[in-house]
Order: sequence, then structure tokens, then C-alpha cells
Amino acid sequence: MLQVGTESNPLRVAVIGAGPTGFYTAEHLFRQKDFVVEVDMFERLPSPYGLVRYGVAPDHQKIKSVTKVYDRTAKKPGFRFFGNVELGKHIQVADLRCYYHQIVYTTGAQTDRRLGIPGEDLAGSLPATEFVAWYNGHPDYRDYEVDLSVEAAAVVGVGNVAMDVARILSRTPEELAVTDITDYALEALSQSQIKDVYILGRRGPAQAKFSTPEIKELGAMADADCCVLAEEAELDALSQAALADGSDRATMKKIEIIQSYAGRESSGKSRKLTLRFLVSPVELIGDEHGRVVKMRLVKNELYKTESGTLRPRATDQFEEIPVGLVFRSVGYRGKALPGVPFYDSWGVILNEGGRVVDPETKKPVLGEYTGGWIKRGPSGVIGTNKPDALETVKHMLADLAEGKTLDPAEPAAEAVEKFVCDRQPDSFSYDDWLRLKEMEVANGEAQGRPRVKFTSVAEMKAALGK
Amino acid sequence: MKIQQILASKGMNVITVHPEQPAREAISLLVEYHIGALVVVDSDKRPVGILSERDIVRRAAEDEAFFSEPVANLMTRQLITGIRQDDTFSVAATMTEKRFRHLPIMDEGKLIGIVSIGDILKAERNQYRGEIDTLETRIMAGEA
Repeated sequence: MLQVGTESNPLRVAVIGAGPTGFYTAEHLFRQKDFVVEVDMFERLPSPYGLVRYGVAPDHQKIKSVTKVYDRTAKKPGFRFFGNVELGKHIQVADLRCYYHQIVYTTGAQTDRRLGIPGEDLAGSLPATEFVAWYNGHPDYRDYEVDLSVEAAAVVGVGNVAMDVARILSRTPEELAVTDITDYALEALSQSQIKDVYILGRRGPAQAKFSTPEIKELGAMADADCCVLAEEAELDALSQAALADGSDRATMKKIEIIQSYAGRESSGKSRKLTLRFLVSPVELIGDEHGRVVKMRLVKNELYKTESGTLRPRATDQFEEIPVGLVFRSVGYRGKALPGVPFYDSWGVILNEGGRVVDPETKKPVLGEYTGGWIKRGPSGVIGTNKPDALETVKHMLADLAEGKTLDPAEPAAEAVEKFVCDRQPDSFSYDDWLRLKEMEVANGEAQGRPRVKFTSVAEMKAALGK
Repeated sequence: MKIQQILASKGMNVITVHPEQPAREAISLLVEYHIGALVVVDSDKRPVGILSERDIVRRAAEDEAFFSEPVANLMTRQLITGIRQDDTFSVAATMTEKRFRHLPIMDEGKLIGIVSIGDILKAERNQYRGEIDTLETRIMAGEA
């Protein structure tokens, strides 16, 4: 095989998934100077940015500014984008092997973990991810239906997504109107009858996963009060001991804010957000129409594992709260990709520093890599995927230096373009996307909003005159 | 962050040794795999101890002829194990407090991995770097 990574024979890389990790992978590949690299990024949707566009809450626009960095990467010579092209549908792993030296899977964690309790499938019990995808205009969820005519909703979990959902449910139409939330979600939320929103954490305030700014934000909502039960805001003896040396300033600050919400009187605002700790749902109870009307909770206590983690353990105290909607947000998992080894019990592609490992043989698979949440599971913030992608890229380049790459039959950039056009005539280029983006921003400007999103592939095609 | 997130990128291969194997063989394994500790397992693959570089150094200081001794004579028997749901920050604190550097991870009675203090350091470093990067991005975006 001719030396790979030179002007005449560039390293051809396929990146599957145009979320943050896909872009960080491309960025790291372009940044190194030892090899000539070309990156083709494949994305199931016409639009890039993954969770930054369809996950990050509409009232957190600053976080979304990271897309400027991704657009810079997309401008690099040697970068191409194939939007609206799905692995397993339009293109197979076997096809990729014909065109690329290396393949990187960066498809994220797209589905939710289930609670595993009776009543979970009742109407009104939903994965938080679907609700998020709906209000953020993910084309797959445009026609999603969520009944906001109920009076109380519970969000199970205390991570970022749980906080987002609780906040969006509690915001006023005026607060939401200046964001890029979809018009249909804004309309539905304006009619919402929800008065009570519960956020349920199975551990205590010291173990809550949300960040300090997020908990602070809950206390500053225009028309919703945030409160915590006084007894649940108190730290148990084990948590106190773990924080005793005073070195964990961030957690202490967080607890301070939580405790400031304890026993707060209602200030007369229309909605109430109640943050609960040390409780786990054990059953969802439905009415005769199969709709959730109540949730049974068990009180937890904490115990210390051998290696020092404080984990929840159910007690024999139960309570019931009336809720008409339940959003589960207790963790996320990746989806298996057709033709790619997958470790189903953890919801990740098993790997060694990003080199895909076959779970059966435990041996690395030649030329295949992974990064981001599908690689390690969902953790950290968007930026955490940057060092994660770097680790993968280092191993890709080390393998390249040793000549350990795939040997594609047709490594020419034009060959794959022709193939994709044949399989998916409606693919979107990055220039297509930038035009759509410009239109979205222009439509938003007229309304004093960051953008008005296109929410279906058909709309996007029509806008481009495709 | 959970221990599982570290294990996912370690390929799930745990290098083990049996208590009756000579120390010499254990040392060769440490060198071959560039690792600092071996989980010592019995014939049912159940962990019965751990053999770290520190254990070897300690024994070497006592007896220069330790190479042919069985691993059982050198290993630490008071084994602390973890689970994949453990928090990395708590594990790091426990490792520092109890002065050990390798934690075998058990899942439903089976040994599924080992996490070193270096793994945790790397994971935490990546987490902090990521947070800094994200905060910087937000600051650079100003009030926009």
C-alpha cells in the first residue's frame, strides 16, 4: 500500500455523527502536521451540532455559541459534510471500508435509561430526552404529543437534562419567547396547566449532579418559586463526614444554595418547583384510562461502599404524590449502530482509548474508532469531549504511523461523493447548512430571537429549493 | 463521573495472576502490560488479593531471593474492591486516604476491571479541561 497520509494519498477518515465529538475529532485531525488528512462527516439529520442544537436548552444560548468553533473546523480544506445520510440506511460499514482508511463513531447517547418500575409505560410517563427533542425542534419529534393539561409533573433525576426540563416546564411564555424554542412548543407550553413541578433525586444534596449555576437559576425564575423540604436539605452524617475537610468548595457552595431554598414560603408566584432528595419512585399509578395520576416514592438513606461512594438504599417509608406527567432522566445510553460492535449492557462501544474493541474477542477492530458519549457513556460537559476526542485521534495517528489502517479499494474523495448521491439524492452539504442557518437567524432577528429553527427535513429542503 | 465511564475505554481486559505462581512471572506480566498491579485470583477467578509494585518492593527489601516465592507470599490480602457505579471523586478520596493505587472492580460477583489512580487522574483532568473549555466558550460569547 502506498504511504497513507501524504499529498498524493491523504488519510481518508469517515466521522459518523456531527455532534461536538465529531467536530473535535476533525479539529484534532486537522491540527496535527505530520499527515495530510481528509475528513468526511456523516450525519443522520440535515443539520450538524447534535446535542448542542437538539439537547442544550433554548434558554441556555451562550452554551450554543460553541458552534462557531465547529463552523471553523468545517471550513478547513479537506472537510466535507454529508447531512441527511444515515449509517445502516443509506451507507453501510462495509461501504465505508471501501472508501476510508479509518472510521470514527461519534454518535452520542441517544436513548434514555428506564426506571424499571411498574407503571412506567402508562400514558404521561415519558423519557425526558423525547420532551427535550420536541421543544428543541428535532425533526423526529415534531409531531410528538405531550399533555400539559395536568397540574403536576415530576422529573426523575437531578442531572443537567432534568434541570432543563423542570426549568422549561416552569418558565413563562414571555421568558421562552425570546429563546429559539420551537413555535409549537411555545404554543403548547403557553397553554400549560402545570402548577407543581417536582425534581426527584435519589441521593442527597451533596451528591446532586446539577451544577451551581443551574441550581441558582431555579431560584430566579420569573413566575415560579423554588423550594426544598427543610429535612431533606440537611446533610446526613456520611455526607457531612465526606465534606468535613472543607476542600470541596464547589459542592459546599451548591449545598448552601439548596439550603437557602429550604422551607421557603411561597411568594405568590403561579408555579412551584419542589426539589426533593433521598427519594426514588417505586411505582407509577394510573387511572382507568391508563394515564399516570400518582407516583409512589420510597424514602432512601445513604450507605458507603467499600471504595467510599455514598449510594442510596431504600427504607420502608413510602409516600404518594399526585402527578400527571413523569419525565425520566436517570441516565442515557448509546444506540447500537448496524455492523458495529456494541456493548449492550452499558450502552457503549467498548474500546481501548478509542480503538473499537470487539466485546466477544476483546481484540481491537482494525481501522475503527470511537469518541464521546458512545465511547465512555454520558458524562461531563460539552467540552469534556475535546480531550476525549484527542485521545482517540492520538491512537488513530499512532496506528497510521504503524501502517495499521484499512486498505480502501476506492480512496478517492469523488468516489464516495458519487456513491452517497446515488444512495441519498437529498444529502445536505455544509454550505447547504450554512444557508439554512443564515435563514434561521434572519427569521429569528425579525422576532427578537436567536433563530427560528426549521423543524422538518421537508422544510429544510424547500427552503433551499431542493 | 462513574467508574464505568473509565472502564468503557479500557477494553475490559484484566490481567490476573494465581497465588501459587512465582513472583518472577508476576513481574514479567507487570512489565509486559505496562501496569502497576495484578489482581490475584483463585481457580474460580475470584479475587483473593492484589499484587502491586509496592508489595514487590517491600518484599525485595526484606529478601533478595524473593523471585521464586509464590505470589501468595507477597500479595496484599486485605482487598478493597469497587463497583462500576462508584463515583470517581469518592474513589480518589478513598485511595488517597487509605494509600492504595489500584481498585479491582466487581460486578455481580465477577471481576470486570481494574482502575488505577492514574486512570482516575486522567478522567478528572479531562473533566476539568472540558469544564474550562466550556466556561471559556461561554465567556467569549459574552451576553450574546
